[in-house]
Amino acid sequence: MKNVVLVLTLLSASVWAQPSPQNSAVPTSDQPDNAALMQKIRDLEDRVIALEGQLRTMKSQSAPPPTAAPAPEAPVAGQPGQQPPAASQTQQQVAEMPPAPAYTSSQPVSLGGAGGSAAKALNPDISAIGDFIGVAGHNPVQPSRSLEMHESEIGMQAIIDPYARGDFFFSFGEEGVEVEEGYITLTALPAGFVMKVGKMRSAFGKVNGMHNHVLPWVDRPLVMNNLVGGEDGIDDAGVSVQRILPAPKGIFLEATGQLFRGDSGTTQSPLFVSSNKSDVAAVAHLRSYKDLSESTNLDLGLSYARGHNDQGSDFLTQLYGIDATLRWKPLRRSIYHSFVGRGEFVWSQRQQFPMEQKAFGFYTSGDYQMGRRWFLGGRFDRSSRSEFANLNDQGVSALLTYWPSEFSQVRGQYRFMHYAGNIDTHEFLMQFIFSLGAHGAHPF
Amino acid sequence: MRRVPWLAGRESQMPNGGRRYIDSAMKIFRSLMNRHMSSRFGVILLVMGLLFIPSIAAAKKLNIVTATTDMAALTEEVGGDHVSVESMAKGYQDPHFVEAKPSFLLKLRQADLLIVVGLQLEIGWLPPLITQSGNPRIQVGATGYLDPSQFAEILEIPQGNLTRAEGDVHPLGNPHYWLDPDNGRRIARGIAAKLGDMDPADAQFFQQRFQDFDKRLSAAELKWDAEMKPYRGRKVVTYHRSFPNFAKHFGLDVIGYVEPRPGIPPTPSHTLDLIQQMKRENCHVVLVEPYFDLKTPQSIGRETNSQVVVYLPSVGGEKQVTNYFELFDYDIGLLLKAFSATQ
Repeated sequence: MKNVVLVLTLLSASVWAQPSPQNSAVPTSDQPDNAALMQKIRDLEDRVIALEGQLRTMKSQSAPPPTAAPAPEAPVAGQPGQQPPAASQTQQQVAEMPPAPAYTSSQPVSLGGAGGSAAKALNPDISAIGDFIGVAGHNPVQPSRSLEMHESEIGMQAIIDPYARGDFFFSFGEEGVEVEEGYITLTALPAGFVMKVGKMRSAFGKVNGMHNHVLPWVDRPLVMNNLVGGEDGIDDAGVSVQRILPAPKGIFLEATGQLFRGDSGTTQSPLFVSSNKSDVAAVAHLRSYKDLSESTNLDLGLSYARGHNDQGSDFLTQLYGIDATLRWKPLRRSIYHSFVGRGEFVWSQRQQFPMEQKAFGFYTSGDYQMGRRWFLGGRFDRSSRSEFANLNDQGVSALLTYWPSEFSQVRGQYRFMHYAGNIDTHEFLMQFIFSLGAHGAHPF
Repeated sequence: MRRVPWLAGRESQMPNGGRRYIDSAMKIFRSLMNRHMSSRFGVILLVMGLLFIPSIAAAKKLNIVTATTDMAALTEEVGGDHVSVESMAKGYQDPHFVEAKPSFLLKLRQADLLIVVGLQLEIGWLPPLITQSGNPRIQVGATGYLDPSQFAEILEIPQGNLTRAEGDVHPLGNPHYWLDPDNGRRIARGIAAKLGDMDPADAQFFQQRFQDFDKRLSAAELKWDAEMKPYRGRKVVTYHRSFPNFAKHFGLDVIGYVEPRPGIPPTPSHTLDLIQQMKRENCHVVLVEPYFDLKTPQSIGRETNSQVVVYLPSVGGEKQVTNYFELFDYDIGLLLKAFSATQ
């Protein structure tokens, strides 16, 4: 009896003892399963991440992304071969997923208006740029207001379709509204042509094409005011065609040809006036660019503009221009130091009664970035007047600009001018530029 | 025969078919000297034909341009010698602020595929380049435009109200997502699929190269995870918010930034707060990208007895870092040295 009890005790003890060796045995037989589980978790994680990415893409793009179809296949194709059953299972699941419609939003929020919230995703990038100018000093030749909200520019930019983009810049001055630029850019033309149709700042020289808030000075150079139509410059409705030309290696060569209606300049200094339909204006520009080193580059351009002036259809004004820009920006310290040197030389040939006027003007300027937020600049101006080529004006400016961030600038400019007729002026100009919203980058 | 200067470079690049074409074109050109109408017409044909010479000598390789060197490195892993890849930004450059030089336009014109980083990293410089390139293949939404952020795990997606008071914010999430080996795998997988779409004949080749990359990356990941394991949970301070993916993968804790807000240079008050925080939380490593000024990080390092480590966020930041693996080797090497020196 005692032996039976002893045997039973030993048996039960061994029964109780068995689970522990079995516990250690269980993990060894389950270890492949754990690895499979971890792999499955990783694959699921990857799928979730891929789905999140697709959602982001659909929300941000205007057209259903063409990569939406391959992307679900991609995680499947890339899976390691040791899990064929799991792979085919997920493949089946992916194939069963209904193609997500292009216009969905993750939250059912109604933002008002006739369209649903998804329609707002296709709205253009809207930006507003304010340009406030204050001027102290007396200048009878080019008078300015003491304090002025000089320009508020509203920009609306968007991709229209896979073949074109649209850009609008409405300029609200204190007097009224103007379409400063509004054009469609055809980006998908054959043979590398890029075409713009609409109202635009023409590509004569460099400064003419720049918006006010992009200039490194408060005012425009004297030669622009005297010979190239004032603050508005050549800004007209028409067509522009541009193409990169074949050139030796390392040299970028681009030609632009533009045809405009023929009305340009301000009311005080009209440059081109079209008295009938055939009085069109034409502008041609050849730009060459070369990287001199990793940090330095040189941009040279030749320009020509031709149009009819305010004397009548039989009177032409022709402009010839040379522009040069030298940039230095050391790549490793690009946010702290840079230098830009600019110069433009303009010859003006204006047919008028009684005698044709041949005028010449130029400016040279330098802008040095002293630190992350401070820019020091200087400019020299000299120009005769388009209607009175014997009258010469010249001037010199010194500038200091402070950039709290990329989205706002404060600038102070001291400007000394010596006008024809021995008129000397000393002025201090101050400018605040501030931008809201998504203003796209400007061309280089 | 008078040499036409702007053809001078091209002849050597062309196969024999192109050379025969040039010879016959030269005959037409010479006949211009006779000033006959037919030869003038021939000249017009010649000029039009010469404009299309590059397409005659088109190589089988896919021409790929990427925004940064990291995407270029991953594309090279997956594409091998069936693709030619070039990056616009350099590895030691701040990818937010790249000058949109016209020399990039020359590269973009020839590109079959443009791979960006996305999440608005290049929004300050790339869009006008794409527009001015006149290349319909690489326009946004076209088949030759790839945004690999859709494949990757994105962190720091802002919730709630978002304004520029937060600094230069990225509204779609943190775009420095390539600095995580798992994301490297996901991006490479996506690029391999895209290359296979664009060149179906070579799809098998790209998949094989991805499998090989995947194998090598998994092996390297084991090594890196093992090396960084002792330092999981260690605290670091970075200059800019460009470290979240690396920190998440290797278990590091980014407790603060030298910039008070993204894009805003360091201020004395913020630097003082950061020094106090680092002392409180016993953080002794400051990570700085190579394109930032070291003055403030070095003064922080002195005050808190910390190591200032100039790490590389991108391939090519130093000459010896030429691919994705070497990038992690280099950065992890620096971190191991810094962590072991600051207990």
